[in-house]
Amino acid sequence: MLDTTTALKRTPFYPRHIASGAKMVPFAGHEMPIQYEGILAEHRTVRTGVGVFDVSHMGEIRLAGAGAAAYADRLVTNEVGSIPDGKVVYTPMCTESGGIIDDLLVYALGADRLLVVNAANFEKDLAWIRKNAPAGVQVVDENAETAQLAVQGPKAEAVVARLYGDRATALGFYEAFHEGEGESWTLVSRTGYTGEDGFEVYVRAPRALALWDRIFEAGAGEGIRPIGLGARDTLRLEMGYCLYGNDIDESTHPLEAGLAWTVRLEKPDFIGRDAIRKAKEAGVGRKLLGLVLEGDRIARAGTEVVAGGKPAGRVTSGSMGISVGKPVAMAYLSGESAKPGARVDVVTRGEPTPALVSARPMYRQGTVRSPKPRRAE
Amino acid sequence: MNIPQELRYTKEHEWVRVEGNEAVVGITDYAQGELGDVIFVELPAPGSTASQAKGFGTIDAVKTVSDLFAPLSGEVVAVNTELKDNPALVNQSPYAKGWMVRLRVANPKELDSLLSAEAYQKHLGAHA
Repeated sequence: MLDTTTALKRTPFYPRHIASGAKMVPFAGHEMPIQYEGILAEHRTVRTGVGVFDVSHMGEIRLAGAGAAAYADRLVTNEVGSIPDGKVVYTPMCTESGGIIDDLLVYALGADRLLVVNAANFEKDLAWIRKNAPAGVQVVDENAETAQLAVQGPKAEAVVARLYGDRATALGFYEAFHEGEGESWTLVSRTGYTGEDGFEVYVRAPRALALWDRIFEAGAGEGIRPIGLGARDTLRLEMGYCLYGNDIDESTHPLEAGLAWTVRLEKPDFIGRDAIRKAKEAGVGRKLLGLVLEGDRIARAGTEVVAGGKPAGRVTSGSMGISVGKPVAMAYLSGESAKPGARVDVVTRGEPTPALVSARPMYRQGTVRSPKPRRAE
Repeated sequence: MNIPQELRYTKEHEWVRVEGNEAVVGITDYAQGELGDVIFVELPAPGSTASQAKGFGTIDAVKTVSDLFAPLSGEVVAVNTELKDNPALVNQSPYAKGWMVRLRVANPKELDSLLSAEAYQKHLGAHA
């Protein structure tokens, strides 16, 4: 009999999760904290203060050697070939038919490219990247040796400044710096998945616990708290950020997912370009949009959306919009309903609940919207 | 884990406090902990009739939705209207301020099917 508990991987931060009172759950093959004190409180901590997420389950794949940048550029839809050292780019990676294999971050680290992929897709991505790699490009699995913390919230800069000084505070949104070699290698980027200002810090696994302790010590005055995957989901949802497996997958292409801004059709070539171009010429039939529900019921993934009694689409993610103050969702919508301001009904437990179609994000007060937040006086 | 001695329980993690011919119903400390932050509780209309083991409400937590099952048959005489504005009472005070429904017990024999605190504790042990 398969014992699933022993098959789960633990991140290097596991002892700190247990010491912090985390409720641990299986997630994408890892034993991860879903919550500590509670999703509502953790969500608000990130919106108003600063919180720390263990995101070590994310997968790191380095492309090295001559042609690494050019190969990365062929793998993904966004521009990652000519970007300068320290630039970070969010991008889908697509099949030849334009379906989304994964959505990822690409870091320019000198001539190398570091790809940070979703945990659930890691093996699939690695196989795809190895299969398509040209001679001379090394595909290096750095997943097991890399630990990652996301420090997020309006007070994140003050905390990270105590560890990294101006090197961190000088970073613009989607910029990174890296330093050190071997076990002392560190990568810090101004990135995140919450809608707030924040940083993601990568270190090698042997230094993970020391990083956790330094960050919590540096943030004690700011009331820093650990944040679980539950709040990570409610934070990203009201920002309208896609969650792979819910909102995007290989049956969806980037244009209908509202990711046209990440697709550079003018690039000489990338995998999926012809299919995406054809989809654009044919017209995008459905669109991934936000919903803000009236009433208190939550529309879960799979819930049907109707307009005037006729099918209009289906919910892909839904929860409480904790900072919006109403339940929110994302849904693929078609026809007249596929535009912000349209009125639809979400059918929860057989009963229609009115909802307003919204552009993404549904929450618009996040500090991430300013490219470089003002430094605290 | 808080499992008050004086209450009766169901395997679906409801508790029942018998008061004369009425019964007050809520969900257990274990249930609220498993659900996480409760954000919406949908309860039956006062005057409606509940049937034992049938769903008569739903509890929305951030991550999941759960049915509330009637531990006993009977007429719903009152529901906790405070949960409308403050569903977190279910998490903060599952056995007191977080109560959900007051029933007029239609069939006292159904009380025999409920679990004692010891039996519920044992049921949870089998769970874990």
